[in-house]
Amino acid sequence: MKADPHGVLTGTHFLDGDHACCEGALAAGARFAAGYPITPSTEVVERFAARVPTVGGCFIQMEDELAASIALQGGVWGGAKAFTVTSGPGFSLMMEHIGYAAMTETPCVFVDVQRGGPSTGLPTLPAQADMMQARWGSHGDYEIIALCPNSPQECFDLTIKAFNFAEEFRVPVMFMMDEVVGHMTEKVVIPPADQIEVTPRKHTHKSVEDYLPYGTNGDMVPEMAHAGDGYKFHVTGLTHDEHGYPNMTPQVQDKLVRRLQNKIRSATDRICLFEEDRLDDADVVVVSYGITSRVAQRAIDAARDRGLKVGKLRLITAWPFPEKKIADLAAHVKAFVVPELNLGQMVHEVQRAANGQAKTFAVSHAGGGVHNPDEILNTIVEASRC
Amino acid sequence: MLNILDNNHDDAHDGTVNPVEQFLRSDRMPHIWCPGCGIGTTVNSFAHALIESKIDLESLALVSGIGCTGRVAGYVKLDSFHTTHGRAIPFATGLKLANPKLNVVVYSGDGDLSAIGGNHLIHAARRNIDLKVICVNNLIYAMTGGQTAPTTPGDVVTSTNPYGTYDPSFNLPYLVEAAGAVYVARWTAFHVRQLARSMQEMFAKKGFSFIEVLSPCPTLYQRRNKMGDGLDTMKFYKEVSKVRNGAATKDVALTKSGEITVGKFVDRERSDYRDLMHDQLVESLGDDYVETEACSCQ
Repeated sequence: MKADPHGVLTGTHFLDGDHACCEGALAAGARFAAGYPITPSTEVVERFAARVPTVGGCFIQMEDELAASIALQGGVWGGAKAFTVTSGPGFSLMMEHIGYAAMTETPCVFVDVQRGGPSTGLPTLPAQADMMQARWGSHGDYEIIALCPNSPQECFDLTIKAFNFAEEFRVPVMFMMDEVVGHMTEKVVIPPADQIEVTPRKHTHKSVEDYLPYGTNGDMVPEMAHAGDGYKFHVTGLTHDEHGYPNMTPQVQDKLVRRLQNKIRSATDRICLFEEDRLDDADVVVVSYGITSRVAQRAIDAARDRGLKVGKLRLITAWPFPEKKIADLAAHVKAFVVPELNLGQMVHEVQRAANGQAKTFAVSHAGGGVHNPDEILNTIVEASRC
Repeated sequence: MLNILDNNHDDAHDGTVNPVEQFLRSDRMPHIWCPGCGIGTTVNSFAHALIESKIDLESLALVSGIGCTGRVAGYVKLDSFHTTHGRAIPFATGLKLANPKLNVVVYSGDGDLSAIGGNHLIHAARRNIDLKVICVNNLIYAMTGGQTAPTTPGDVVTSTNPYGTYDPSFNLPYLVEAAGAVYVARWTAFHVRQLARSMQEMFAKKGFSFIEVLSPCPTLYQRRNKMGDGLDTMKFYKEVSKVRNGAATKDVALTKSGEITVGKFVDRERSDYRDLMHDQLVESLGDDYVETEACSCQ
């Protein structure tokens, strides 16, 4: 369906990534947000608090991130599209409810504007060190989707995509920004509402008698009802059967947890978005995401100027990880170079997917700034010689 | 305890159907609560309050946290949410704000609401979110085996204070009144009719409302402290409870064997969160404020 024009600020704007993310959420139909202030993410909800009363909705500032990350899920079951926004320390507190959203199949979006860590770390400076936490931070087996914008324009475009994936798969989607992307200001074009596709909630049309809250129809994603619709359904974070009732048997656990994984894994090809350039003749592929992809671009261009056969693979979807794409490339290239603002996270995924077919070079950075392009260039040169 | 018939309502039925059964998920029985536990008794009072208040059941959502009382959500035939430990209130806050037409009840235990969820309890009371909170207080963490809770009185034996408790405990009515609750009452599992009436009053109230209900935990609290079984606890409640409506909440703290002050302590008016939000936004935004009955994603 098309976006509700009331929430869409059609036009050409000069926005930072945080504000663009907020506009993307409004365009996607988000009308409820719960948040707790934390640098460098707060501007997203500050703008939402200013905008949402004029389009019909609600923002509440909660007492902590634990509360924000579950209040938004109350909002979802009350009928809203909802999200919360945070940075590393708050993201750590939200892990409990990322697990709850995965288990209860509550469609929602968690925005993490990454800063340096661990602990309080670097509140106003960038990092990309929450990437593994986004995937594995809550306990137990589950799958999420994570997207990584590299510009304010993408903060708008991909926030809509994040909500659409959340609704399609009934899964919490991690929107993994970083401080630079959040605070950089660039041109952002917001199209007319009738050109924006938004995915509606997968609301059931079944009768009360026929409705099974966690029953599936072959596509592995159950239909949803909202509180007050008359279905008198039950939602629990306990292992549950198709009725939503707790069931503590290994058989029900196996069926449920495998479905929660497989509903995402079986759609990996469709969920995995990436940008590629000059891969046809490449000996070396630079794999990057977020702000680092823009630094890497300069290094790639400089390497090409020197006659090195270097290509680019930018991960737009970080999770599920595009294993197949890396494996296909590994059969043809000599090496991958993986710069990221951490001491080595996604590089391990690249290495695993390459499976020894191609070498992997990390270009690590502890955060607090971005790479010097020369660091990446030097590694490209080294990788070209291997 | 769920099968006790209230004769006052027999005339509405043919005498073979339990009048509270319509509120329960019969397919979920038997429940997990121990013999002598008071949680089921409070659910019986809750069901009677629903009957008497004629509340629209389709508009009623019940939210629980984790623990023995947290399992109430699984047994009531309502839209029901069994959330994470301590987070029933913030979940309910989101539910209520997204759809203000819902009547939202939070039904959970003392450890869930006042320890891990204590911050949410006081902030929801401060905001005066329109939630009806039923706190079953068995003075202990029961589901995990009888550990000390913030409500455990001094000088009792728990699994984590095997030589007796010395942590000062919370006086919950005093706490929630200070934080801003508009309705505060306390009863015990012995006071089934008073409890049901109090719940009815709470349903009619707008704003953050809180009822504390003392319940036996014969398996862990009474047994370890040689206080007998569930029936002995009912006799104890009958003996030491004093109804003092309007009592100052600072005076109603619980001790191991002293008076249990019960009654309605607070019943006052204060604009709830949504009214405050509405009034402020109308004043600041005028015609630009777009008020919606409920958030919609369709």
